Amino acid sequence: MSHPILSLRDVWVEYGDTIVLEKVTIDIAQGSFVSIVGPSGAGKSTFLRLIIGQEAPTRGRILMEGAPLVPEPGPERGVVFQRYSVFPHLTAIDNVAFGLDCAGSMFLGRLYGRRRKAALEEAGRMLEKVGLSHSRDAYPAQLSGGMQQRLAIAQALVRKPRILLLDEPFGALDPGIRLDMHALIDGLWREHGLTILMVTHDIKEAFKLGDRVLAFDKRRHDPHAPHRFGSSAVYDFPLTGKNRRPPAEILALASREPAEA
Amino acid sequence: MRRLVNIRPGPGSRVFLGAIPLVLAALGYLVASATRQAANPADKVLPPLDALWAAGGRMATQVDPITGAVPLVADTVASLARLGLGLGISTGSTLVLGLLLGLLPVVRAALGPLVAAIAVIPPIAVLPVLFIVLGLGETAKVALIVIGITPFMVRDLSSQVSAIPEEQRVKAQTLGASTWQIALRLALPQAMPKLLKGLRLSLGPAWVFLIAAEAIASDVGLGYRIFLVRRYLAMDVILPYVAWISLLAVVMDQALAWISRRFFPWDHAKGAE
Repeated sequence: MSHPILSLRDVWVEYGDTIVLEKVTIDIAQGSFVSIVGPSGAGKSTFLRLIIGQEAPTRGRILMEGAPLVPEPGPERGVVFQRYSVFPHLTAIDNVAFGLDCAGSMFLGRLYGRRRKAALEEAGRMLEKVGLSHSRDAYPAQLSGGMQQRLAIAQALVRKPRILLLDEPFGALDPGIRLDMHALIDGLWREHGLTILMVTHDIKEAFKLGDRVLAFDKRRHDPHAPHRFGSSAVYDFPLTGKNRRPPAEILALASREPAEA
Repeated sequence: MRRLVNIRPGPGSRVFLGAIPLVLAALGYLVASATRQAANPADKVLPPLDALWAAGGRMATQVDPITGAVPLVADTVASLARLGLGLGISTGSTLVLGLLLGLLPVVRAALGPLVAAIAVIPPIAVLPVLFIVLGLGETAKVALIVIGITPFMVRDLSSQVSAIPEEQRVKAQTLGASTWQIALRLALPQAMPKLLKGLRLSLGPAWVFLIAAEAIASDVGLGYRIFLVRRYLAMDVILPYVAWISLLAVVMDQALAWISRRFFPWDHAKGAE
């Protein structure tokens, strides 16, 4: 085992006076499925934004496979957000082919001829994997919420990212649909050997899907200046096949009132 | 008893309800016109329908011996050429500026205050400047339309482009898109239907600026004609001209709406925002 795929070394994120994350030091192994939980305002989303590259840490270092992470989104880190992940003006198949278009055509941003045909075939296979073959020519507005998330996953996977980041991907879906999505993402994780980081509000989902659970919260709390202490990963559970029950302190964390901003 | 806010007219009664005010307005005109004609057969302010029809038909068919052209045709061609040129220049520059301002924070920081400052200048107040600088020819008239509607269109489009959810811009980057590819494949197609919407909203002001410019300095054009015959109280020419201008405006508006539905169906899809 060489480098961990992702490692954070003493990372801090501050907005002016407010400290959001403090002293975050985490290694993430290649091929793991890490669930990230915590009360609202505990910096889960900030953590994900750091890894996407939407934000740079105020202090500390983030390394991807040993090299410093460029603070800009890139194709080695795919992402699926809760909403707005797909492009409304493209059909399902074109949404998936978008990544291939960008990779293959610097100036036109779109492939033509034989290369386009090959890209469409690849995108078609991806749609098939997420069960959307029958909707290949539909626009996102014509798809249900669950189908849009399936499309977003297919779109993210087509560039074969090293890490897949999921930001409450199933939060807006009905419970039944959510179960289907769990099966889908679990299957893709195993089949492709992906490394997945998933932020979720749903503790059961976190413990069902992940092989490791990180819980973010503030270690210290100053009632007079709550913004002066940031969050970090306060619990770190490796999960094995049998150990799938959320411990009491995690359930308490999740049911707590949101931390003050 | 149902609340008034919950009573929705069906398709048939909606047509009926919509027709009532139009029919009332037409009747009102006819009654007022007949009353004035009875009192004074030479009245020119509210001519009867047959007089409007005759004068309109004369303008649309008879060649004017001085200019050698049919007035309505020559006026329409001249006005539409100015309007088309003005709208074309405005739309083209709006597309470029709107995308740059909406997509690139650096450009927004540099040009945003300038566009905002230009947008508060009343365009008609600039018209004398245009006539002085550009002369009384076509350029000044087209320039008034461009100056009149472009700032609004640019501000509208750039706010629409910057309102594209950040999730989409990040997603495109995680799929390897460069700034250029984001502009071309993400922002441009999503901006197009918004641009058409902005253009439709700007048609009314564009006509206002066109007619204002033609009224002041021109020798042909729809606005020129109605301001010319105003001297002779020729309501029988003015009213058919106003009706014709309105018809042209409606046709242009509907054509743009059709283009938007035809080429950007995803923007009109059910459930789309």
